[in-house]
Amino acid sequence: MSDLKTLPDAEQQILALAEQLKPVFANAPETVLIGVFTGGVWIAERLSQHLPMHPPVGSVDISFYRDDFSERGLSPNVQPTTVPVDIVGKPVILVDDVLYTGRTTRAALNELFDYGRPASVKLAVLADRGERQLPIAPDFCVWPVRLPSNASLVLTRTPSDDPQGHLTWSLDDA
Amino acid sequence: MMLDPQLDADGNLVHLLSTEGLSREQLNRLLDTGASFLGVSDRDVKKVPLLRGKSVFNLFFENSTRTRTTFEIAAKRLSADVINLNMSTSSTAKGETLLDTVDNLCAMHADMFVVRHESSGAPHLIVDHLRRTGRNDIHVINAGDGRHGHPTQGLLDMYTIRHYKGGFEGLKVALIGDILHSRVARSDIHALKTLGAGSIRVIGPQTLIPRDIESLGVEVHRDLNTGLKDCDVAIALRLQRERMSGALLPSATEFHDRYGLTHERLKAAKPDAIVMHPGPMNRGVEIDSAVADSPRAVILPQVTFGIAMRMAVMSVLAGG
Repeated sequence: MSDLKTLPDAEQQILALAEQLKPVFANAPETVLIGVFTGGVWIAERLSQHLPMHPPVGSVDISFYRDDFSERGLSPNVQPTTVPVDIVGKPVILVDDVLYTGRTTRAALNELFDYGRPASVKLAVLADRGERQLPIAPDFCVWPVRLPSNASLVLTRTPSDDPQGHLTWSLDDA
Repeated sequence: MMLDPQLDADGNLVHLLSTEGLSREQLNRLLDTGASFLGVSDRDVKKVPLLRGKSVFNLFFENSTRTRTTFEIAAKRLSADVINLNMSTSSTAKGETLLDTVDNLCAMHADMFVVRHESSGAPHLIVDHLRRTGRNDIHVINAGDGRHGHPTQGLLDMYTIRHYKGGFEGLKVALIGDILHSRVARSDIHALKTLGAGSIRVIGPQTLIPRDIESLGVEVHRDLNTGLKDCDVAIALRLQRERMSGALLPSATEFHDRYGLTHERLKAAKPDAIVMHPGPMNRGVEIDSAVADSPRAVILPQVTFGIAMRMAVMSVLAGG
């Protein structure tokens, strides 16, 4: 269990996650990295700089696949999903910042399959908060952490529009 | 202050009746959402599950193949069930009132009405009725009412302009032809004003320009060459011969001679000006075939963007 007064360095965690992923890309260079908006996309872009040859990075916005649309409506800042390569028959690694209930991952999987049938999908996350509500587990994770349910673990990039911007964790009361 | 009928008590957009009254923020949100939906139509599976289990009723009291079809495609790509009612051949013809029809469809658990009507204000009347009868979970989209408005066409036009011109700041936009009967012109003008277009010109014969149109903040031109000068966007409007009563025009040929868009006339506009048309086109009347088929015409992309924008409107409304 981490000491939450000092949150870990997200940049260091990305390097650690890249180390975990290197053998995957060594065995299967056709593996496609796909980030989940917003934090997952930042991480996927950063990971790609530390990995050997690989196809272009994709990004999914799961707003059209959420299971709480009827309660929460459409997110005010939906981003276009881009899957720049044909994923049919390819291994895919889905990247997200925080794994919690598993509902985002469920939505991302559904969206991914509307682009084709990948050979396999694995899940890479920086933080795993536990408290799953669906049968989903990460394949790659650097930070297992337990937090009170009213706490919101947020990854921010400064400046937010700079791909090289600094990634940091913060903890908000929801 | 009177409440905007398009909004719920919390200020969320729940009906789309007009582009008038929509804030710049609301317009931009709809346009941004449309951009996200554009990719859905390019995929293997052209569907997202957002409106799964919802029923969308297309109530067309006036014929329109394109608008009805694009609404139908939009709803289906959102996984909604779509029921098309051709009202000119149904119960209305047997004497049922508009609101009785609405009540009956509500009893069939409708979630959304897409309404096209020859009378201005008909969709607004339905919204009032739904509100009075406490049916706050049903959404109404105006698909064209009389001469009043055609807001989804206005939105798809804004999407098209933003797509090709990058924004609205300082943009010169000309609407050409039959402004009098055009609900598209009104929807475009309101949206262009709110989005900050530099100048909006309406060009046409005096008989086809509404008398009070300057009050909307537009320039009126009788002459096509002066009106088109340095324009970034030229929107040709359909000459609505079926709506004309009285001698508003000598002939379609004469109209073409003075107001038809030709390559020659477009020389007055900027070299990279785009040409738009809401369809259906009368070739050789408001637009020359050579212009309609040229690379500067973005009339077919307008249709494609129209589906994405209608998907955006339906999902923003349904989401509250």
